[in-house]
Amino acid sequence: MTLTPRRGGGIILASFLLALLLTILPLPEWARIYRPQWYTLVLIYWTTATPQRVGVGIGWLTGIIIDVLTGTLLGQHALALSLIAYITHKMHQRLRLFPIWQQSLVVLVLLLIERVLQLWIMGALGQPVPTLSFWISPLVGMLLWPWIYIILRDLRRKFQVR
Amino acid sequence: MTTRVVFAVVVSVALMVMDQRQHHLEAVRSTLSVVLYPLNFIVNLPQSSSRWLSETFSTRKQLHEQNRSLRKENLLLQARQQKLVSLETENQRLRDLLDSSFKIGERVLIAELVAVDLDPFRQQVLINKGSRSGIYNGQPVLDANAVMGQVIHTNPFTATVLLITDVRHALPVQVNRNGLRSIALGTGRINELELPNLPNNSDIQVGDLLVTSGLGGRFPTGYPVAQVISVIREPGQPFATVKARPKAYLERAREALLVWTLSPIKNLGADDDDTPEAPASATSKP
Repeated sequence: MTLTPRRGGGIILASFLLALLLTILPLPEWARIYRPQWYTLVLIYWTTATPQRVGVGIGWLTGIIIDVLTGTLLGQHALALSLIAYITHKMHQRLRLFPIWQQSLVVLVLLLIERVLQLWIMGALGQPVPTLSFWISPLVGMLLWPWIYIILRDLRRKFQVR
Repeated sequence: MTTRVVFAVVVSVALMVMDQRQHHLEAVRSTLSVVLYPLNFIVNLPQSSSRWLSETFSTRKQLHEQNRSLRKENLLLQARQQKLVSLETENQRLRDLLDSSFKIGERVLIAELVAVDLDPFRQQVLINKGSRSGIYNGQPVLDANAVMGQVIHTNPFTATVLLITDVRHALPVQVNRNGLRSIALGTGRINELELPNLPNNSDIQVGDLLVTSGLGGRFPTGYPVAQVISVIREPGQPFATVKARPKAYLERAREALLVWTLSPIKNLGADDDDTPEAPASATSKP
């Protein structure tokens, strides 16, 4: 830890802030169901790239922020995101070696896990089961993953985030 | 890492239970949302700036036209208001005769909706006035036509409004034509309310106007809520299936009216103001 000085925390913070902004950005009604889980994607990337810095704690904090921003139950997203961060952290070394398309598939699974957790909580609260469109955003997230990965990787290299 | 994730999960579940059952977390949520207010502000910037631009650069002719139409509208409204004033005094006089307590006249405040997308599976909106303007949890929110919902979270700058169509919302109503009381439940769809537990032989028709009944003490009496759009009476079923469409433009509104009721019915067993999780006013959902 002490051997490698920490750098580029600003980039990590900025990417998380951008993800939060994209999450609450107003979209037309028809486009709303296609909104990917930006915060999960960014969390997965940074947990894979810098597991010593971003992990369960950051995931939980992001979740609480999402809960406050979008008006869900406090802890609803925090629970899901801390688990996602944990799973990603466990397999970050394998995930790094995968080719991008294979990474996309893993990311799809992670995004689906997040949705299933949300669904459980919504069910426990007695909210109605959402329509099939609930499952579109993980697919969009999977298709976006290669671009997010490349953009964030270039940023990380440029600013030497460690 | 494993202990940390177990800890995170336990804390999240505890938070959820506390947020759902008790309401000690309102302060935490309010503080956090103040910290996060800049994000809301940035996201809302395109809309607020475009509004400002269109106001600044509107031509003289446009302003004249707008002025003229507004003046015409004002005249019409004033004429109607005159009639209303006399009716109001008459009503008050009759009520005085009957010795029933009733107060007319409420304080209102206009707020704008903030262009921010909240959770897509809940019917909520954000408005740009908060506890600094005196807004409190449980406060009724109207638009120009009808009841929109009630405030569920506040911070000094913004407030979250739960719309009447959210599944967690129930609103005591009555049929304007004959005073039949019922409860309008949200369905989760923005244009539909449901009236459960109305017997098959109850006097309700398509086209009936539903107004707030004021029971429960949270909403003022007599504001329009919805119009009945379908009544299905199945002889085999104990209750009729009654659906209504909200009169408020819930999906199109840009301004909201916050109301301070002058005569809240305190002694009807209504829950007090610091229990926002019971938006179902006096009744809880089945």
